[in-house]
Amino acid sequence: MIDQSFSRRDFVKVSAIAGGGIMVGFSLLSDAEPAKHAGTIFSPNAYVSIDADGLVTLMSPNPEIGQGVKTALPMILAEELDVQWDKVAVEMAPLDPRFGQQMAGGSGAVRGRFMPIRNAGATARVMLISAAAQQWAVSEDDCYAENGVVIHKPTGKKLGYGELSAKAALLPVPTTVKLKDPKDFKIIGTRVHNVDNHKIITGQPLYGIDTRREGMLYAVSARPPAFGKTLKSFDDTEARKVTGVKNVVKAGNVVAVLATSTWAARKGRDVLKVVWDDTSKLESTSDHDLAFIDFINKKADTPSRNDGDVDAALANTKVIEAVYEVPALSHANMEPLNFFADVRDGKVELYGPTQVPSNLRSAVSKALNIPQENITLSMPRQGGGFGRKLQTDNGVEAALISQAAKVPVQMLWMREDDMQGDFYRPATAFKYRAAIGPDNTIAAWHVNGAVLAAANGRGNATIPNGFPAASIPNFRSDNHGLPSNIQTGAWRAPTSNAACFADESFLDELAYEMKKDPVALHLELLEKCKNQPVGNKPNYDVAKLKSVIDLVTEMSGWGKKKAPNVYQGFATHFSFSTYAAHVAEVTKKADGTLRVTKVYCAVNCGRVVNQSGAENQVEGAIVDGLSHAMFSKVTFNKGAVEQTNFHTYKFLRMKDAPIEVIVKFVPSEDAPTGLGEPGLPPTAPAVGNAIFAATGKRYRKLPFELGKV
Amino acid sequence: MATYKISVNNKLMTVDADADTPLLWVLRDHLNLVGTKFGCGIAQCGACTVHINGSAVRSCSMPIASVGDYKVTTIEGLSVDGTHPVQKAWSEIDVPQCGYCQAGQIMAAAALLKKNPHPTDNDIDAAITNICRCGTHYRIRKAIHTAAMEGVAK
Repeated sequence: MIDQSFSRRDFVKVSAIAGGGIMVGFSLLSDAEPAKHAGTIFSPNAYVSIDADGLVTLMSPNPEIGQGVKTALPMILAEELDVQWDKVAVEMAPLDPRFGQQMAGGSGAVRGRFMPIRNAGATARVMLISAAAQQWAVSEDDCYAENGVVIHKPTGKKLGYGELSAKAALLPVPTTVKLKDPKDFKIIGTRVHNVDNHKIITGQPLYGIDTRREGMLYAVSARPPAFGKTLKSFDDTEARKVTGVKNVVKAGNVVAVLATSTWAARKGRDVLKVVWDDTSKLESTSDHDLAFIDFINKKADTPSRNDGDVDAALANTKVIEAVYEVPALSHANMEPLNFFADVRDGKVELYGPTQVPSNLRSAVSKALNIPQENITLSMPRQGGGFGRKLQTDNGVEAALISQAAKVPVQMLWMREDDMQGDFYRPATAFKYRAAIGPDNTIAAWHVNGAVLAAANGRGNATIPNGFPAASIPNFRSDNHGLPSNIQTGAWRAPTSNAACFADESFLDELAYEMKKDPVALHLELLEKCKNQPVGNKPNYDVAKLKSVIDLVTEMSGWGKKKAPNVYQGFATHFSFSTYAAHVAEVTKKADGTLRVTKVYCAVNCGRVVNQSGAENQVEGAIVDGLSHAMFSKVTFNKGAVEQTNFHTYKFLRMKDAPIEVIVKFVPSEDAPTGLGEPGLPPTAPAVGNAIFAATGKRYRKLPFELGKV
Repeated sequence: MATYKISVNNKLMTVDADADTPLLWVLRDHLNLVGTKFGCGIAQCGACTVHINGSAVRSCSMPIASVGDYKVTTIEGLSVDGTHPVQKAWSEIDVPQCGYCQAGQIMAAAALLKKNPHPTDNDIDAAITNICRCGTHYRIRKAIHTAAMEGVAK
């Protein structure tokens, strides 16, 4: 739990109670000013502070939702600062403009922060070296830093960073500094454990749901039971009789019961009598399915990409057609949505899970009509994100409840609330038509996609410039968005998580039709894109896509003889600046059922920062992708979610998890790119293609239950 | 409302609560032991797993009135300072991503190893039924084997 207060404009105190009471101060000065206000604490920028005892504290600026940035970003800082990793303290930064965009989304934290954070660390190192050189009256060029110590090379004299902090704090902050040569990296590229491991494995309070404050009440709300319904009236007589219930308030479209425990609040919520009005259409999945069929059988007014002439190429020849469908999905973060809010005397303190803290603060400011400067916001470690917390509704709801009840509250959604109140991965349908030319190559490819979209109807089902675009002479991509009042939003690898399944499965179908090896077909298309690209530039780099295909082929022994009951499927995808290629292996068990026993994956994400964290992200994305491909779907009946909890919204359990997930990275000197998402999309098609190899059956609709194959 | 005396992590605790209050919320809201997590409330996900007399139990579905003389162990009481072999293996294998479900996973794994010190992959498949949205299953399996090798039986 972080208790944060702005005591002066230029000074922040962060008291990390959970971390054992470390007090850290750091200045809020601009980069150009000397850090004179900081006293004996040296802090040339918001990221780094070093006290007189040599305690180095590194601030991790972006929300930690399980993607590992609370470890990876400080590693980059520590590298340039030249300190020993096991000697630093890492703290989660509060929302603070000095950190720029503090966001978890688009697999962008490491990608966007790599250079700025290296600069921040190097700046501190250079100043500590200057301070030592001044103290010794020697040239800076004769000094270097290593493991938290500045060393004078000719004499071997040493001064620790703590001993230098007071002096360094008085120096002007340089505007440009020389970064390390990557060949000298000692921390970046190594295997570093999650910084919160100890707290996690010992059950210490780390998450928003663990917030406990003096005078705080627990809030559980009655929320709309379906999309299209609005709060009309409520009777709280019975709720107020429940032991522990202290108050009942209306907050926007919900009725909140506040109590001295979560269970009392929930019991009170359950006996509220609430009347909901039908204020817009109550939609069902069957309505969406019908609309999708209509859409995917007609072209869009404006194609998203249109090379050559698909109609001409598809006329008077054998057309291969297929329809692929994916369902809506819930984010189902393991930590149900919650937020702590304390709204009193025109001031707001917020603490809770969000991927977009600055958006959340401005949304709360607007909803409560309280200026942003009166709102502070800090973030705990978060029990998942996956795109759900790109929305700000949880923070706003908590703040409205606290404002109405005039007490600090911890608002918590029950799992059923979370299932009904999501911004779902939209259901999507694709229709493909393709033709094989006389030279046994793909002559035409037409994909027509339809997706559940926001009320404005905007939405993309296909990735118009993604592979295999630019490698097929006649290529068209159409998109239709179905306007809906059902909330949809980004869900781990948005668009890619559906489009890759459809594209890579259909390509596998074509390979079979052409009697070509699926990997060989990919390479053939890439070769075409390289030598004779068609139309506008595609979104992928041929050499990098080939790099992951080549590596995974080698890792998996693709095309080589396997045990008679083992079958492989291949898929690849480029998303969020990163390339991934998967080979899934299914084993036919004695009873005839299939199990995904192994998944091989090759990734090209530029330089890897944390080997362990990076592998973990990709392993997890694969299992997550498999879980949703095999089990999960959300359907609606008159605006209500039919899967209300985990007994019907299903996940993969250990018995269906791959026994092995083998991840390798293509060695690269390029700047790092994202890893939270790119490992997911190729999983479903690789598994579907392996099932086809094993059974000759093509599964075009997710989820597929392998046990029933 | 009634008064219950229950044994949690080898301490006798007194709790005033309604008889139907799940042990999960007694631990979290009454006793401030927040390491045990809420995930679904219907014994599906296992985030709330604790030990009752050494066996893994989903505390969200166990009312306080049924705890009686059973000994409750939570993640906070599994060891002093995270030194249980399962905790050590979790750290060494670097299992957690978001980390939210891991207390429940660790409790489930520790209960398995107590009964079966050297589980096979099939044993792990059968015993570990907790949900992890981050997909750490592969590392959980590795960590259980690691903990088994380091001698949980001791």
